[in-house]
Amino acid sequence: MKKKNPVFSFFASVKLALFTLFLLAITSIIGTVIPQKENFDFYVRLYSEKTAQIFEVLSIPDMYNSWWFLGLLGLLSLNLIVCSFDRFPGVWRQIKADNLATPTTRLGKMRLSEKWTTKQSPEEAASTLSSKMGDSGWLTSQRKREEGTLLFAQKGAITRTGVYIVHASILTIFAGAIIGEIYGFKGSVMLPETQATSTVFAFDSGKAIDLGFTVQCNRFDIEFYDSGMPKAYKSQLTVFENDKKILDKEIVVNDPLEYKGITLYQSSYKGYQDFLLTITDKKSSVAQTVTLPFQQRTTLSNHNNASIGVINAEAMGQSITRLKIWFKDDKGPASTFWVKAGSEVTVQRPDKEFIIGGKQMYATGLQVAKDPGVWVVYIGCGMMILGLFVAFFMSHRRIWVFIRKDNEDTEIRVSGSANKNKMGFEKQFASLALTLKNN
Amino acid sequence: MDSSQLLGVTTFTYLFSTILYAIIFIFKAKRLGSVATVFTLIAFLVQTVGLLLRWQESYTLGYGHAPLTNMYESVVFFAWTIIFLYLLIEWKFKTHVIGTFAVPFAFLAMAYASFATGISKEISPLVPALQSNWLLAHVVTCFIGYAAFAVAAGLGIMYLTKNMSSSRKTTNDESLLGTLPPLKTIDDITHKTMVFGFLWLSVGIITGAIWANSAWGTYWSWDPKETWSLITWFVYAITLHARYTRGWGGVRIAWLAIFGFVSVVFTYYGVNFLLAGLHSYGSN
Repeated sequence: MKKKNPVFSFFASVKLALFTLFLLAITSIIGTVIPQKENFDFYVRLYSEKTAQIFEVLSIPDMYNSWWFLGLLGLLSLNLIVCSFDRFPGVWRQIKADNLATPTTRLGKMRLSEKWTTKQSPEEAASTLSSKMGDSGWLTSQRKREEGTLLFAQKGAITRTGVYIVHASILTIFAGAIIGEIYGFKGSVMLPETQATSTVFAFDSGKAIDLGFTVQCNRFDIEFYDSGMPKAYKSQLTVFENDKKILDKEIVVNDPLEYKGITLYQSSYKGYQDFLLTITDKKSSVAQTVTLPFQQRTTLSNHNNASIGVINAEAMGQSITRLKIWFKDDKGPASTFWVKAGSEVTVQRPDKEFIIGGKQMYATGLQVAKDPGVWVVYIGCGMMILGLFVAFFMSHRRIWVFIRKDNEDTEIRVSGSANKNKMGFEKQFASLALTLKNN
Repeated sequence: MDSSQLLGVTTFTYLFSTILYAIIFIFKAKRLGSVATVFTLIAFLVQTVGLLLRWQESYTLGYGHAPLTNMYESVVFFAWTIIFLYLLIEWKFKTHVIGTFAVPFAFLAMAYASFATGISKEISPLVPALQSNWLLAHVVTCFIGYAAFAVAAGLGIMYLTKNMSSSRKTTNDESLLGTLPPLKTIDDITHKTMVFGFLWLSVGIITGAIWANSAWGTYWSWDPKETWSLITWFVYAITLHARYTRGWGGVRIAWLAIFGFVSVVFTYYGVNFLLAGLHSYGSN
């Protein structure tokens, strides 16, 4: 065997893995104690000028993206790769090993080994034992050896790869994260009701990003529980592409809208002083939505220049709960009436009937993300769970049965080994040996 | 009967269980073993009914969510999971005395939930961020992990207790610690419990990441809770590697089991109160 390169050995070592994991654990604490992603002045105020400068040099304000933290993750990856290259071939040889070539002298030295004799001829014994093993779920193969006949059966050889599946899963997750970092973006936009946009702003740089389509916020609503706690934030969005309407969707916090790999999440909102009113002619279904400030009149072009205004409002905290609307069309005196925010009333006019709804005007805060790496990350997560399960709870179990002529009798030796859960296998082995012994 | 009465009763029954297990340990009253087990099992069933009732009550109130959404509910569920795992271990390894070191964790959790000030026992509706099917999967998997680590820490303490006196060479079957299982067995169970916890913690972190992605569009944002759960994951990853590849065992693993649990407690509890972040739901 050729001597290993010491650099290779260093990067393959478990010592390095333990050291890297230890450093990652310790340094990760920093970012949970020192607020992240604040500006320089924030740290000057919280600590001191000098400390803030030191933070700047060490990239503490954004430590999880700093050169040294990413370096540690890189070191861990390198370690995982080199270690797997170092060990996997050996493990693969064990999986593919020709166990029928095992030296028979080794069988007696195994920790689990039992021996007895029978009057059957070796050939008879081999066929009985082989079928009994088969009945117990151990499919045997056999080979004639110089000293006698060797039967062998194994289960779960492939489970030896469990730990490498876990290692590969971590690398897969990192790969997914890198794909997301390069080809994806994270941004946000504050979109007032009735408005549309095709650009959002990147979180880190604030740069404008073109979505490739237009999204419009038709309406935003907050619902409250009786206790005043928020129950739901809802935005009704419409996606347009090349001025063509593509889809409508109401999004809530745990249910985003996805289009062309870009996902829009409900994340915040902003209330305005203005109001949003919708006026629908009941008969013709002609509708118009207008936004207008408090106590100002506006004319409705869709409704024969009727005019409308909000003359009074009631609020709970920052949210308008009820508003009083003034409305007049070309016939008769003006109607005034109260509307519960977010609901509608029917207004009877001399000639026509209108459905009028009103609410405070909001802007919805959308978080916008594109992450083509996320599926790679999820595949990595799946591999990790699978790998951990295999590595921890499944084992490679092997059983040899060696049959040889011993004077007039036939000697039978059963030996077994398992790479994990040795106690469990011991019981399994004992019961199998008992089955084989009984005629 | 309502859920709060049943859960109140649970606190005292776990105290009584703790005392029973302590008696078995101190007075070597092995015959009391099955009494303690049966009693703990009854307490566990009472708590299970309590939890289910609370779940149902939340439907009656019109909220309809699993009782896993604030500090009170999570601590109660933590205690439930500890007892569940402990009973499994007792059944699998046929030893009662481990209860002396595991059941107190459940009692302390229940006592904290019941008596600490500033913990609301109200069933409150879910804020929009928590209204997701991932809630159940994420919280349950995390807590199975946490509970396993609590039991592992109890076993670690048990190991160190026994080891301390055996190094003084006074241990024989007559002494107090003679009733404890052999060091090798404790070590083995500690390790297995940590392995079990590690798998569930991993699943818990992953379900959390998937949930975060479906709610905010980021599966990982280095928020303090996420980061601390990862730190905990590192601690146990180190422990398992040290054991598998460097043959660590005994005292070192016992200490790591305890140390790991300190990290769990910080992840679970410390972060909510000492650090700000996305997981602030748990702090009231």
